Amino acid sequence: MSWQPRAELSVIRERARVYRQIRTFFNTRGCLEVDTPLLMPTTNSDVNIASSEVLIADRRLYLQTSPEFAMKRLLAAGSGSIFQIGHAFREGERGRLHNPEFSLLEWYRIGYGYRQLMDEMELLITSLSLRQCEFSRVSYRALFRQALNLGIDEITLDELRAECARLVPGSEPAALDFDQCLDLLLGMVIAPTMRGYQFVYDYPVSQAALARVSAHDASVAERFELFFDGIELANGFSELTDAAQQRARFEADNRARERSGLPCHAIDEQLLAALQAGLEDCAGVALGLDRLLMVLLDLDSLDQVLTFRD
Amino acid sequence: MIGVFLSGTTMASYSTNEFRGGLKIMIDGDPCSIIENEFVKPGKGQAFNRVKIRNLKTGRVLDKTFKSGESVEAADVIDTGMQYLYNDGEFWHFMDPETYEQQAADANAVGDAHLWLKAQDNCEVTLYNGSPIGVTPPNFVELDITDTDPGLKGDTAQGGTKPATLETGAVVKVPLFLEIGEQVRVDTRSGEYMSRVKK
Repeated sequence: MSWQPRAELSVIRERARVYRQIRTFFNTRGCLEVDTPLLMPTTNSDVNIASSEVLIADRRLYLQTSPEFAMKRLLAAGSGSIFQIGHAFREGERGRLHNPEFSLLEWYRIGYGYRQLMDEMELLITSLSLRQCEFSRVSYRALFRQALNLGIDEITLDELRAECARLVPGSEPAALDFDQCLDLLLGMVIAPTMRGYQFVYDYPVSQAALARVSAHDASVAERFELFFDGIELANGFSELTDAAQQRARFEADNRARERSGLPCHAIDEQLLAALQAGLEDCAGVALGLDRLLMVLLDLDSLDQVLTFRD
Repeated sequence: MIGVFLSGTTMASYSTNEFRGGLKIMIDGDPCSIIENEFVKPGKGQAFNRVKIRNLKTGRVLDKTFKSGESVEAADVIDTGMQYLYNDGEFWHFMDPETYEQQAADANAVGDAHLWLKAQDNCEVTLYNGSPIGVTPPNFVELDITDTDPGLKGDTAQGGTKPATLETGAVVKVPLFLEIGEQVRVDTRSGEYMSRVKK
């Protein structure tokens, strides 16, 4: 019977060091550490995120896919900038770089935009890393142009599907919509060529998630992701604070879920009420700590950083 | 397994969440075996399963990418231990040692395995919809040498080898001292000589 931890004790100690350093970083920068429930009555309605349900005391609750909604309610209540280290759950995600239960650092900065938040992420990761870090930034549009010489604003869906068929043999692009084609190319073709710490920013507005639309360019959202050697580490936004727009996005999510034959999720009215009461301009980001630890220690699978994994 | 059972048939299917090495699925009308399965999701977007599969009819290995959560038809494929009986010039005949049921496999199904098939040996026969599509010989077989150059007496020290034809038609490299009529043990996975067998 194998009972021993997957991760080496040295890795377990290193995680403790990283967590201590994260707390020092945010405490000295005036961020408040918070703790929100893992189980809530509503959940993320994003069509690409599946939530796990739990029955507790005859109530159906959802294991949170990130602490985002609860943390935004704290922000609306006047908490000021906040951070949280905790676990999050995503149903059905399992692989070398995915586990249905994972560790997340999420933080929100009042008064920041997404660019300032990228700056702060660089400082944080540099302070956690044992070596010199260099960061580059590229817009989503420029990334596709540079990597594939593909103009995502001009290309038609048919042309894009033809590119998918050419670049990813064995894929069936006829069944993919425009954004799914972009996801396929980013995941299978572009990410494996990305090197070092790289921010990808200004995602197409169709992939805005909970980010606000750019004031300068209505075709993009103020959203970024941080990659290291093509591995996604973090996802952040200038947060959408408008309750009416947020409701419209939840409704669009549910329409997309219906089209895909997925269960619809009840809209989180408490979040919308919090936005209605007023959420100051802010930016927030979620950073996957298991993957970050893997990257910091030069390991190549979550198996080497998770204490136990069934 | 997510079963969609129609009357009389067993049209079962697997979700990508159930993908793992060895799972048998239908791809483009052919039964295939999953060799490798990788979950790919670059960020918040659509997740994909990239799989490497072997077409069990042609032996070809190919890559395939599915949207995660999709379902794929299961292939009615089973591997079953059978005893090799004889070759009638066209078909190789096998028998289930428990039910005595016989199966006839054609050259396509037997492939290169015919080089190692010796009567009475236990093989693994891959059945698709009840008919053989593949034959895996035992890992080790013991076969007579039917032809080779004359042996060099006493020359057991030097590491030289020479080709020898075995009773099944296979040609393997054997040490110089072996003679026609002697029996050798061969690893069928590599086609390499292992040792001389004392009869």
